[in-house]
Amino acid sequence: MTDTALALERLRGGAPPRNHDARTIAALTANPGCARRGVMDAAGVDKDAVARALGFPAQFGQSQFAITRGNAFEAKVKADGCAELLTLLRDRLGLTVPEVSYADLEVVGGNEGRELRYTRTRRLLARALESGEGTLFDHPLLRLDIAGQPAYLEPDVIAFQLGGRFHVIEIKSFAVIDGQAEPDQVAAAARQSAVYVLALRRLVTELGAPADRVSHEVFLVCPENFSNRPTASLLDVRPQLAVLERQLARLTRVDRILETLPDDLTFAPGEALADAVRAVEARYAPECMSTCEMAFFCRDEARACGSTGALGRSVRDDLGGVESIGTALALADGTMEPTPDLAETAAQLRLAARLRREALDGAA
Amino acid sequence: MSALTSLAQLQAVATGRAQPIATVRHCHLAEAPLVMVPLKLAGEAAAPLAMMLGTRPSDPTLLVVPQPRNRDLRFAFAADLAKVVLDHIEASRGSVEQLPPGRDGEERTRYSDAPQLLVPNRGGVAFLRLLGRSTRFRRTEGPYAVDAAVPALGRWLTWFGERHDHPGSSLLLAMTEVLRLHWATGQSAVEDGNLAALLGWIDPPEGMDGPAAAARAEDPVVCPPAGPATDPTFDNEVLAPAMAAYQQNAPQAEEKIRAALESQLAPTWELMWRGVRLLRALPEGASVPARWERDRDAFTHFHQTFGEGYPQARRDPPVRAARRLHELERAQESYEAQRAFDDPLVMAEHRLAGEAFGGVVTECDPTRLDETGKRPRLRPRLWVRTEDPVRLEPGTTVCSADRPALKGRVVKLAEGAVLLELTGGMGRRLTPEPGTVPQVGDRVCFTSRVADSWGVARFPDREETPWTHGGPTEDYVPTDEDAAEEWS
Repeated sequence: MTDTALALERLRGGAPPRNHDARTIAALTANPGCARRGVMDAAGVDKDAVARALGFPAQFGQSQFAITRGNAFEAKVKADGCAELLTLLRDRLGLTVPEVSYADLEVVGGNEGRELRYTRTRRLLARALESGEGTLFDHPLLRLDIAGQPAYLEPDVIAFQLGGRFHVIEIKSFAVIDGQAEPDQVAAAARQSAVYVLALRRLVTELGAPADRVSHEVFLVCPENFSNRPTASLLDVRPQLAVLERQLARLTRVDRILETLPDDLTFAPGEALADAVRAVEARYAPECMSTCEMAFFCRDEARACGSTGALGRSVRDDLGGVESIGTALALADGTMEPTPDLAETAAQLRLAARLRREALDGAA
Repeated sequence: MSALTSLAQLQAVATGRAQPIATVRHCHLAEAPLVMVPLKLAGEAAAPLAMMLGTRPSDPTLLVVPQPRNRDLRFAFAADLAKVVLDHIEASRGSVEQLPPGRDGEERTRYSDAPQLLVPNRGGVAFLRLLGRSTRFRRTEGPYAVDAAVPALGRWLTWFGERHDHPGSSLLLAMTEVLRLHWATGQSAVEDGNLAALLGWIDPPEGMDGPAAAARAEDPVVCPPAGPATDPTFDNEVLAPAMAAYQQNAPQAEEKIRAALESQLAPTWELMWRGVRLLRALPEGASVPARWERDRDAFTHFHQTFGEGYPQARRDPPVRAARRLHELERAQESYEAQRAFDDPLVMAEHRLAGEAFGGVVTECDPTRLDETGKRPRLRPRLWVRTEDPVRLEPGTTVCSADRPALKGRVVKLAEGAVLLELTGGMGRRLTPEPGTVPQVGDRVCFTSRVADSWGVARFPDREETPWTHGGPTEDYVPTDEDAAEEWS
């Protein structure tokens, strides 16, 4: 075991590591500057448990109605060896899908290790690449290096080989109504799919095939209108792929963050937990609320120290990057002399303060 | 967002209370708006679960679908809802005003009032839109027949949804959006989306400050979400067992579901009316009645042509889409300009951006004539001393914030001062009407942002849709397939 791996295991406090999924990776790239999230995710810490232990439980509960609906839809699409899915690809998108094979790569009983499952995915895909045979591969287990550490991905997707190229098929249960869906949900689906495309590409290149054997076009399968019938649309995830690759390359390497941390730091439950979490710097933004289990804790911390970031990125930008609410207010009312690099921001703030005062006095 | 709003947010954090970012109310508020608080079943696109609605705080109507996966129950809900909404529409028409005849002599009328719908948040608007989409194509006879009111409801809700996109329209408003137009809180936009937290900052309960009230609002047990999404814990622990009991025909199962859903809706119902009271306390902006008049025009037109029309198409045909986009852009421009004229705090945003400036008149030549042309013209000049960061080019047309009819143009910019030449709004003679030209020592404000700077564009008729846009389109006629569409 490497030093880093040992350090990460210590951080986990002996608990088994949690798997990454595309949601966590997509979230990671949404806030690449957050060391806290980087370290906790690299170590596979159960952030949900940590947040709960700290008294700031995450609110990512899912309604059983939504789960039931999602599962029912997926089951319907995949029933009988993905019969409905194939009809969709053939009829709706006009693809010539010849004979079909379907391989489910999910655990077939017993508790297989991740390495073992990954090896199996790898072996099957290698054979498919070589022979061009095999059409649908369900539940592949993929691997992606995140901040210098391998992260295993259990995508709920199908890898679909057509004409020698792999496509990712993602099944989502949000509705596409008259060809339109909620932009937020489509964007999230695109970000997640990009993670899978990237992981699949890494695997393909490791196997000695060119990366473009994995297409940047993803099939998104959703319920159509208000029904339970699936519809498929083609999603080009090139922009998301570009962002993802750039962010992953930029991610502060975890071992470098680890160097700055105390040697005995651990996120194991106990009285010292809050201090241990605070020892790793966070970069809270309101967007964290929808993606990170630690968000409520970090928000509380950001508010307690009067961070402008807690009000949103646009506010911090408006304030010319001033980090502290107290500083910004002092600059606005002129009680603080700005340093040269803040002179422009201070002038803008003083002007804003004067205009607000004038308008409110005039109205009163 | 601007530095001005951001500063107000900082002040909100410092004082623990929301800070005003408007001095007047920028939307119309009906005497009896129809407040609607919808809930939908989690995981579904637009499966109605319940709605609390009504025009008086003391008298809410509760509509419930005990089993949202049952198509008949859904359509029964839609029919009940239709009755309330259509009654509200008919009750809100007021009298008929006769207008001068139009350009080609056709008779024109306008209703003296129009219906207003209020929902808690953007999600509520989206839900009404989808509910409109899922009901407007239904047939009232033949297979899959529904109550006659259902497709009518669908068309009206679709229309309200379209009007909501129209900047400055007050026919369908989302409470969180309207409140955020008038107050800045010490929390981010994400948290402002929670109506209870937002109101907590604006009007905290006795003995609490904004942060405390907002923290309380984030506990879904104390403050159930304002919909249309329900609290997942409520779904799993209360609603699911109650629905299971209903499926098994347990005694009083429906009453229990109603009671459970009422407990989720009632707090938001109270919040909605608190929001209405807060908004009512603000004086109405000067241009609000004019914008409401446009809303009444739109309502009159839709109401009077309702009988001849078809349900709105699934997608707009090209000409209609282009026309609509153009209208939205014009409405946006004039809405922003009008709000600034109505409200010095909004004008301050334009001043901060250098598009407007305010100051004191230091020199004035009110009877100056421009005699370079054939006939002399009245062109008074004045120097305005200002500390604002003016970013206007010489030659830019401006008008007075206090009296938009008073027009002028920028002649010269100097350090901390602007030389203006007035060009209009001073009467027809060669001496200005008394009181029209500002005097030395007057506080003035001039802006370059004017309403209606560009006119109505001309678009081809539908039959003349150019081939670049797919050529002429057929009238949208709903098909059997539309009527039979699944709603599962």
